[in-house]
Amino acid sequence: MSFVFYVLAALTLAGALAAVTLKNTVHCALALTVAFAGLALLYLELDAQFAGFAQILVYIGAVAILIVFAILLTKGSETPREGVYSRNSLAGLAIAASVFAVLGWAVIESARVLPNETAVPAVTVLQIGNALMGRYVLPLEIVALLLTAALIGAVIVAMHEKEETK
Amino acid sequence: MTPLSGYLLVAALLFSIGLAGALTRRNAILVLIGIELMLNAANLNLIAFWRYGPHPEALTGMMFAIFSIAVAAAEAAVGLGLVIQIHRHARTTDLDKMNRMRG
Repeated sequence: MSFVFYVLAALTLAGALAAVTLKNTVHCALALTVAFAGLALLYLELDAQFAGFAQILVYIGAVAILIVFAILLTKGSETPREGVYSRNSLAGLAIAASVFAVLGWAVIESARVLPNETAVPAVTVLQIGNALMGRYVLPLEIVALLLTAALIGAVIVAMHEKEETK
Repeated sequence: MTPLSGYLLVAALLFSIGLAGALTRRNAILVLIGIELMLNAANLNLIAFWRYGPHPEALTGMMFAIFSIAVAAAEAAVGLGLVIQIHRHARTTDLDKMNRMRG
């Protein structure tokens, strides 16, 4: 376990924790961006360069901006009078804590059989491109179809309905 | 502790934080943020298992994570579109106040 890993893990978890606990919704979106950046750096630490840069492009470049837009369009940055947590927040917290207890127990119990340090995989973007165009070409086409459908669907859902405004 | 279990613990903690956010917040956009965190925790698991797995040159975990990132982007676009439409309809993004399916 390297020092860099601990720093990046602390950065990611602090960003995630801030994203779900802060009161102002815009601050939450910015903290979420920090968590995404920490995750991208963790991918780079795991020698997955392509996934790391894809994470930066897709999440920091697109999803975080989309979330900020949605917050500003819905005036969600105003803190409601009733507080930011829902009525059932204690039950939700208990569920999340028990899920973490189960996951953490499973990871720690299985730590003995998990592989230790392995050789750094030498994977280039060329290999990833060849795999995407060769073995994984069908999933790639399906993802292209899904993204097109999601694009059209998001526009149709968010489009203004004319007959309702009259 | 092996490096892999460290990454798995970070991913488990990230997933739990996302789950707690999705279950406890009132604002619909914050719930979507929680769901994004959970998806990212799954991606971290995939990449970590790819890195420390027996055959990283087969690229299976890497491909799974890349497709998962694409699907999560589609999910975010549609989810935020739905939130904007609901806000236009009901004038609120407070999930506790959205208690009917009819508009």
